[in-house]
Amino acid sequence: MGDWMTITDPGLSSESKNLSQYTSETKMSPSSLYSQQVLCSSIPLSKNVHSFFSAFCTEENIEQSISYLDQELTTFGFPSLYEESKGKETKRELNIVAVLNCMNELLILQRKNLLAQENVETQNLKLGSDMDHLQNCYAKLKEQLETSRREMIGLQERDRQLQCKNRNLHQLLKNEKDEVQKLQNIIASRATQYNHDMKRKEREYNKLKERLHQLVMNKKDKKIAMEVLNYVGRADGKRGSWRTGKSEARNEDEMYKILLNDYEYRQKQILMENAELKKVLQQMKKEMISLLSPQKQKPRERADDSTGTVISDVEEDPGELSRESMWDLSCETVREQLTNSIRKQWRILKSHVEKLDNQVSKVHLEGFNDEDVISRQDHEEETEKLELEIQQCKEMIKTQQQLLQQQLATTCDDDTTSLLRDCYLLEEKERLKEEWSLFKEQKKNFEKERRSFTEAAIRLGLERKAFEEERASWLKQQFLNMTTFDHQNSENVRLFSAFSGSSDQDNLTAHSRPRQKPHGVSNGAPVCSSKFTKSLPASPSTSDFCHTRPCVSEHSSSINVLNVTPEEAKPNRAGRECASQKWSVASRPGSQDGCCSGCSLTYTNSHVEKDDLP
Amino acid sequence: MNFSEVFKLSSQLCKFSPDGKYLASCVQYRLVVRDASSLQILQLYTCVDQIQHVEWSADSLFLLCAMYKRGLVQVWSLEQPEWHCRIDEGSAGLVASCWSPDGRHVLNTTEFHLRMTVWSLCTKSVSYIKYPKACQQGVSFSRDGRYLALAERRDCKDYVSIFVCSDWQLLRHFDTGTQDLAGIEWAPNGCVLAVWDTCLEYKVLLYSLDGRLLAAYCAYEWSLGVKAAAWSPSSQFLAVGSYDGKVRVLNHVTWKVLAELGHPAAVSDSRVVVYKEAEKSPRGSLGRPACPPHRAAESRYEVAEVPVSLQTLKPAADRANPKIGIGALAFSADSCFLATRNDNVPNAVWVWDVRKLRLFVVLEQLGPVRAFQWDPQQPRLAVCTGGSKVYLWSPAGCVSVQVPGEGDFQVLSLCWHSNGDSLALLGKDHFCLCFLETEDGGGSALGPPGSLT
Repeated sequence: MGDWMTITDPGLSSESKNLSQYTSETKMSPSSLYSQQVLCSSIPLSKNVHSFFSAFCTEENIEQSISYLDQELTTFGFPSLYEESKGKETKRELNIVAVLNCMNELLILQRKNLLAQENVETQNLKLGSDMDHLQNCYAKLKEQLETSRREMIGLQERDRQLQCKNRNLHQLLKNEKDEVQKLQNIIASRATQYNHDMKRKEREYNKLKERLHQLVMNKKDKKIAMEVLNYVGRADGKRGSWRTGKSEARNEDEMYKILLNDYEYRQKQILMENAELKKVLQQMKKEMISLLSPQKQKPRERADDSTGTVISDVEEDPGELSRESMWDLSCETVREQLTNSIRKQWRILKSHVEKLDNQVSKVHLEGFNDEDVISRQDHEEETEKLELEIQQCKEMIKTQQQLLQQQLATTCDDDTTSLLRDCYLLEEKERLKEEWSLFKEQKKNFEKERRSFTEAAIRLGLERKAFEEERASWLKQQFLNMTTFDHQNSENVRLFSAFSGSSDQDNLTAHSRPRQKPHGVSNGAPVCSSKFTKSLPASPSTSDFCHTRPCVSEHSSSINVLNVTPEEAKPNRAGRECASQKWSVASRPGSQDGCCSGCSLTYTNSHVEKDDLP
Repeated sequence: MNFSEVFKLSSQLCKFSPDGKYLASCVQYRLVVRDASSLQILQLYTCVDQIQHVEWSADSLFLLCAMYKRGLVQVWSLEQPEWHCRIDEGSAGLVASCWSPDGRHVLNTTEFHLRMTVWSLCTKSVSYIKYPKACQQGVSFSRDGRYLALAERRDCKDYVSIFVCSDWQLLRHFDTGTQDLAGIEWAPNGCVLAVWDTCLEYKVLLYSLDGRLLAAYCAYEWSLGVKAAAWSPSSQFLAVGSYDGKVRVLNHVTWKVLAELGHPAAVSDSRVVVYKEAEKSPRGSLGRPACPPHRAAESRYEVAEVPVSLQTLKPAADRANPKIGIGALAFSADSCFLATRNDNVPNAVWVWDVRKLRLFVVLEQLGPVRAFQWDPQQPRLAVCTGGSKVYLWSPAGCVSVQVPGEGDFQVLSLCWHSNGDSLALLGKDHFCLCFLETEDGGGSALGPPGSLT
């Protein structure tokens, strides 16, 4: 309320209508709305609120009430209760519909407000309970805080006490240490004192002894004597020797001899031990090598080749020295070599063993990951069992299938069988269709090839015809020449005639050549290449080609016979090169005469083809 | 195992001759020489007074009997019974007497260690060595008999003199860095001399024959030090027992410690076999044996379960020579075993495996161990505890043997025959011989553990 009082300053109060309008429109909370109403209605009804509430409308003030209500309602944004005035003069009529509408709306509003109020109340309650809860919590926490504070204080106290104690103990320790130091000092001083005393006493004692000695020894003590029946011989049978410088030197010599002997003996022992150890080392090394070399060959070829070479190196190095010399040579180099090699091998062995260990541990780990603590044996047993089960299941399925088939065979009527057969047929048909399409495609391919072949053949035929004609003309000329100049060449002529005359051979070659040509010429052509890559076993082209080969060779031989040219005598060329040479040579006479260049091309090409094929 | 009859003896003076043929024993002022196998009396010599020390010469031809009270030494010849020699030290007195290794000289130490007199039996010559030190073990002959090392004390300093025994010429004379030298001992190969300081200070010094200091070893300070030391027969090891209850084994190459063998009262290593002597009471648990040591019940060894705690003695700390530390230690003849006794665990003998440098066996007796000695031929240890039994241990096992005979025979000491076939058991007034058959059937001298003979 206070807020409102402050807000209603003159500026605002002048526009109180607007403000109320605004507030009503924004649907404030019912309480504020109520206050608003009170505020608004306070001006005219400030005197007797009770009467206003008890009897707002009486018989006499209906009009005023209506107008007042209208006014009020319009301020709240409701439509006017009066009908639209048609004229100024006419008195405004009360619009019942509007009144009812207004009432309805008011009622709705009221209900809404009630609902809202209820909500708010429940919320209020909830908040109240929340508040209570929070307060409880607060209280509890406060208590906790208190207790922890107390605890802390207790702990601090204890800490203090402990520190105190610690300090005391430190003090004690220090005292003890001091004590120990003191005692040690005392001991030391006592020791020195004792030593001193001892020395003094000993000196005294010595003096006394000296004195005694003088007294006892100097006086001719008759008693000190030895009575012997007769002197006995020395144990070694020798006579006693005089003490001379010589004997002294001899004694020295003897002593050193003894020492030397001892050292020699020890050295011998050490040498023997060394030899033994070396032997062991060597043996170990050998065993290591034998142990390491097989595995070096097998699994190490990829990465660990270096180590393998190390092994072999090491093996070879000492091998250069003979074994015996190695034993005797205990010089630095050999020792180093030996130890180095052993060390290297040992490292290899170690790494290998570590690897194995790792593998083992990995396997173990995996095992542990897979099945918590199931051992390998259990695992294997389990798998075996499962396999057995699978086998059994399979058998069961088989028997069931058989049974089913039997049942079908016996009990099924014709319809079902036909249906089944149809089913199979359909399947088969599908498959056949697929095959058919495949065949068709192949056929198309074949057709294409054939077409190209025929084209090539036609072309070849034409060329051949031209060549034949040319040859005929050339032969004619030759013949004419021969008949006129040399009779020796008559044999050649005969050969040629035979060659040209042998129709079947000619046909063969003619037949083969056109077949052959497209391979050579259109090697890059897609059709042919595809054919070759496919290399169907029954493809006619290859079979033809195979067929042509002997013909070609025949041809070449014949041509060789035909052309005895000086170049053929070149012996250093061999094999294929030689053959190609021959081919080119064969083509030369023709080219010399300016003919059958195409033919030569074919030959060479075919030759190239032949090279490629295998 | 056979026992001879019991013979009379005084002062535990009974010695086998070095060649093993004879056995000399003293009864009051008489010296009896017997055949070592048949025990027949071969000679009988009569001295002027009660014999206090007897010693065979190295060649087994002469016997030396010392009567310290009279300052007199009498020497007898075995070959010529009528031959005799009498050495009188007169007013100088006598505290020790011994043979030189050649068997032709007698070394007498006068009272107050004023001097040492070397009497020759071959010539009239007499040599004197001044200033011998009065100590535990101040004289040591090398095993080959060539050299004598003698500890001396002059001007409050310790010295060692090395003499050549053949002509008693001084070979080396050097001072040792000891406070108060307590003992010296040659290594069996005669090339190294071990010198150890008094118990107040742990110090072991090793000198070469030519007087060079090879090594000095000190395990700790501010505490009682070396109590006993022993060379292994192979000269490879020097075992030093000390008052801290440990034996330290030094090696002969670097003279460093190979192993520290502690003697704790609790044995926990499961590899160690603990033989425990147990009284066999035929009357059962009810009747406790009336007087245990006399006519004692038979005993046997039992193998104790390994965590064993041995009986310990609380030493009197305010007395001199406290009963703590390693007071006795000995290597077996093959240097493979080391037997030790810790004086504050008086009932136990520790046997160590030298090859593995670890404890091998512990024998726990019912009484305190008086003496133990290794068989000179094989790894076999004889132990006596002052009771009427003798105990034998070998790697094969352990036996306790009752000495037969009427009256109580308390074995206070023992000594092996040089061939290891017999053993002299010395009591207070008697001695007897114990023959150990080795080959023929009765060779159960060492049966399995726990068996008794």
